Amino acid sequence: MDHAPTITGRRIRVRGLVQGVGFRPHVWRVARDLGLSGWVANDGDGVDIAVWGDGPALDAFAARLVDDAPPLARVTAVASAPADGPPPAGPFVIVASHGGAVRTGIVPDAATCPACAAEIRDAGQRRHGYAFTNCTHCGPRLTIAGAIPWDRARTAMAAFPMCDACAAEYADPADRRFHAQPIACPDCGPRLWLEGADADPSADPIAATADLLAAGRIVAVKGLGGFHLACDGLDAEAVAMLRARKRRDAKPFALMAPLAVVQAYAQVSPAARAALTSPAAPIVLLPPRADAPVLPPALAPDQDHWGWMLPYTPLHHLLCDAFAARGGRVLVMTSGNLSDEPQVTDNDAARAGLTAIADALLLHDRPIWNRLDDSVVALDDTGAVMPIRRARGYAPAPLPVAVPGAADWPATLAMGGELKATFCLLRDGAAVVSQHIGDLEKAEALADYRAMLTLYRDLHQFVPAVIAVDAHEAYLSTTLGQALAEETGARLIRVGHHHAHMVAAMVDAACPAAMADAAVTQAVDWDAPTLGVLLDGLGMGDDGTLWGGEILLGGLDGAARVGRFAPVPLLGGSAAMRQPWRNLVAHLHAAFGADWQAQAAPVAAHLPDAARLSMAQAMLDSGTNCPPCSSAGRLFDAAAAALGLYPAEISHEAQAAMALEALARPFAAEEHAYQVEITGDPLPTIGWAPLWRALLGDVAAGVAPGRIAARFHHGVAAAVAQAVARAMADHALPPGTQVALSGGVMQNRVLVPVLRQMLGAMGLRVLAHGQVPANDGGLALGQAVIAAHLAHTT
Amino acid sequence: MAHGGGGRATARLIRQIFARHFANPLLDQGHDAAVLPRPVGRIVMTTDAHVVSPLTFPGGDIGSLSVHGTLNDVACGGAWPIALSAAFIIEEGFPLADLDRIAASMGAAARSAGVPIATGDTKVVERGHGDGVYITTTGIGVVPDGVEISPQRIRSGQAVLLSGTVGDHGIAILSRRQGLEFGTGIQSDSAALHRMVADMVAAVPGIAVLRDPTRGGLSATLNELAEASGHTITLNEAAIPIRPEVAGACEMLGLDPLHIANEGKMICICAEEDAEPLLTIMRAHPQGGDAARIGTVGDAAAPGTPGLLRMTTLIGGMRIVDWLAGEQLPRIC
Ligand SMILES: [Fe+3]
Ligand SMILES: [Mg+2]
Ligand SMILES: [Zn+2]
Ligand SMILES: [Zn+2]
Repeated sequence: MDHAPTITGRRIRVRGLVQGVGFRPHVWRVARDLGLSGWVANDGDGVDIAVWGDGPALDAFAARLVDDAPPLARVTAVASAPADGPPPAGPFVIVASHGGAVRTGIVPDAATCPACAAEIRDAGQRRHGYAFTNCTHCGPRLTIAGAIPWDRARTAMAAFPMCDACAAEYADPADRRFHAQPIACPDCGPRLWLEGADADPSADPIAATADLLAAGRIVAVKGLGGFHLACDGLDAEAVAMLRARKRRDAKPFALMAPLAVVQAYAQVSPAARAALTSPAAPIVLLPPRADAPVLPPALAPDQDHWGWMLPYTPLHHLLCDAFAARGGRVLVMTSGNLSDEPQVTDNDAARAGLTAIADALLLHDRPIWNRLDDSVVALDDTGAVMPIRRARGYAPAPLPVAVPGAADWPATLAMGGELKATFCLLRDGAAVVSQHIGDLEKAEALADYRAMLTLYRDLHQFVPAVIAVDAHEAYLSTTLGQALAEETGARLIRVGHHHAHMVAAMVDAACPAAMADAAVTQAVDWDAPTLGVLLDGLGMGDDGTLWGGEILLGGLDGAARVGRFAPVPLLGGSAAMRQPWRNLVAHLHAAFGADWQAQAAPVAAHLPDAARLSMAQAMLDSGTNCPPCSSAGRLFDAAAAALGLYPAEISHEAQAAMALEALARPFAAEEHAYQVEITGDPLPTIGWAPLWRALLGDVAAGVAPGRIAARFHHGVAAAVAQAVARAMADHALPPGTQVALSGGVMQNRVLVPVLRQMLGAMGLRVLAHGQVPANDGGLALGQAVIAAHLAHTT
Repeated sequence: MAHGGGGRATARLIRQIFARHFANPLLDQGHDAAVLPRPVGRIVMTTDAHVVSPLTFPGGDIGSLSVHGTLNDVACGGAWPIALSAAFIIEEGFPLADLDRIAASMGAAARSAGVPIATGDTKVVERGHGDGVYITTTGIGVVPDGVEISPQRIRSGQAVLLSGTVGDHGIAILSRRQGLEFGTGIQSDSAALHRMVADMVAAVPGIAVLRDPTRGGLSATLNELAEASGHTITLNEAAIPIRPEVAGACEMLGLDPLHIANEGKMICICAEEDAEPLLTIMRAHPQGGDAARIGTVGDAAAPGTPGLLRMTTLIGGMRIVDWLAGEQLPRIC
């Protein structure tokens, strides 16, 4: 017997990052495949679908909607309800967007997809060898965005009218480039050329660049979000020359190579592979393989990990191919800048600023409207992604704020910190954290910060009701936030630096995986008193002094200090950040008092001359520019200096502490902890005198520096664990209490696993970062959540 | 020095000290108010309370400082100073010998500047209510017609000049106050600049701004001007004169020389074509021997954003030079 199938209708609403990623054509293709009728449209709330068919086909449609979603889509919610009325006549169609306030922003820039990567290598394709190939699943986004809606006329591609062939692809829902705004081809799109080194204008610029690189020269390569400086990573002379020309810069150089080459040099775990090959394509810090060929040490002085990334634009793919054809394997691709200035983005700026470093410039005529650095991630001992710099590929994807009621909070703009600055727009239960912008004292970075603030507010049609700033009055971001609050009438809320770190870790831990597949969501109890262990360089404390090694107890509403590192003078204020010996002197002085110089004998070789030391002594005695600070970062600097790691001067932030971590790593599993003491009533305070006594004794006894470094790391972890135990006892906290870990020192991958293990053994539940960095790059997220919650409740 | 009972004797003694050291026809009139001849031109008036610890420092003391500070403020108006007043607040028990020394130095500074201290006042406060001695000086001066010194006249493309090295005064004070010895003695630059300024104004009446970078240093003064004018000012770090020993002391102390006070320096903002002639004039004076062009006024800031002070650094970067907010608590570490 034949049954006529029963036709019913469904109205389906899809929310998440579902616009500008090819979601409507995906819906269209699935519906046509299944022979369904109906329509799909974008609106202010996401994607709206009405579809008619028989029951099994509708079920298959609902499943494939999510399972086969385009690579850049992030579906956060699907709601389905019966549709009214009869099925429309004719085939399934894509209809024009139906209005509504725009709340979706734009998706992050994405690495070249496999289809595009194959296409540019296929001699039969019209985009063969074309460096600006992209499609709906890949290519530039934030880097070329100027305004909303996301549409070619408002991007840096506006200057390139589509040719007929591209226009046809753009208009065809069956094509991978349907509504791909940056669509381009050799006939209509951006062009590439080489300048300098007597470049032959008729030669293929990629081949000519590869020739130069293979010959040991340095080329500045205009990329997606800024310039790179490229050279042959296996050519020690080229690497040394690049270091010399960049001046005062000992930062590790990022390396680019195809996956197979990366795997030949580095240990690539499944999680690392997932991160490398994700559309975000970040730099991933990886340890070398034991059997790997030796890389020039100058690539990453005193580091035991290298930063690797895969080619992520067609230009990179073509360049790596051409370099490989000349016997090359690994390219240095370090950011194109002078010392630690922001990356150059503009052709003229490159001609002015990079020709002193590079022998030639590989340029193109697609403007980089918005600077976007390469993102950097590491992998922790559990294999989870630990973000270090969140920029290209991640920003500006919204992060869900999983606090009950967050959807009702007022629109809040958080201004972030001073170094590694980011800002955050919070609305409708989602937080958009800007890309890493950098050190606001750099004029370029400050200009970027202002420009990005304008762009993001425009992209999101965002009018802040609340503006959150750090408690430090002198942060340029604080000053800007105050001015903006005055100008807009928004409510200004000051947020304690370490409270913001703590809440950032809590919100981050509760985030569904957005950064990488390996990240795991943790349930967070928002009502339970939560501990925070916040270890960083420094931030303004609630009492007007500088903090940096803190144990807080509280939650969204506020947090009180229940433990701390002993305050130690910052000898010479921020000079203590640049010169580790200052922290060694201050710590030894704090530990041993007037007798410190006698005790310091084993490390005397790492201290400056007598004149400087007596000046230091006079500064400490008189308190001249010696603000006390409970900094954890400066403690690590002091220990590094004691072992002779960059005691006189570092060239970039945390250089000495990172070298100390690398030194400790081989011994991390086998060493014991130095003792510490906890004193102070009512505020438990960790004093470091016993640690220093033991450390100096080990140095005098000739213990291997790596072992000393490991014992130091264990000592700090044990001290924190003891202080946490003391806080649990003092405040009657039950087992299962949450403890949030944040602050830049929590990126130390020797310290954190030990600490995590100790806290776990005490029955605590550890909440850690997975989407935003533990350093000040994550601060804005915490500020936004605290201020929005406060403004909502008071 | 006693407060209260011994008032009359003390007052007489003070009068003798001040009368002796400050002697000039206006003061010698002996009235409560000095009567000055009618000046030609517009009058500028300025006042400054001087509080400094220690009272005596390498290169000067509170007496000479209180004369130089006010004369320089008069000169910042493009004016020629014609008279000063001085008011003293003296702490009970302050040694008369010290007061005598300060008054002598003050009188010498005024005489050497050619400006009389025309009138004055003295109060003695209880022990613990003062820090030795405070001196408030007021100055009046006369501005030639056609001179209009004002931050509102700052324009894109103008040159920023500085009459000499930065940081000398603040570091000299700090080294004495904290017992920090920086090897070769660093002296305060405390000096009167009105003669140099008079020559500058005579040659270039169209100078836009004259300003002495005292408390808060070059950065506070130039930030104020950037903000008031709504223009970005860009300094060139390599061009800013600084004594090696001051630079060394700042490095050791972790202090930014741009934040350190000066007491004998003048910032001048002028049209590009006036820069070289003015530098030549400045360098002809002992107070301007190290004069240099240190920067340029840039574009007017975008509407809604304040003017900024920036600096091209020695390594070729560009950094924001911010105000010093209250105490110098590090932002980054
Ligand atoms: Fe921090
Ligand atoms: Mg004044
Ligand atoms: Zn693609
Ligand atoms: Zn085309």
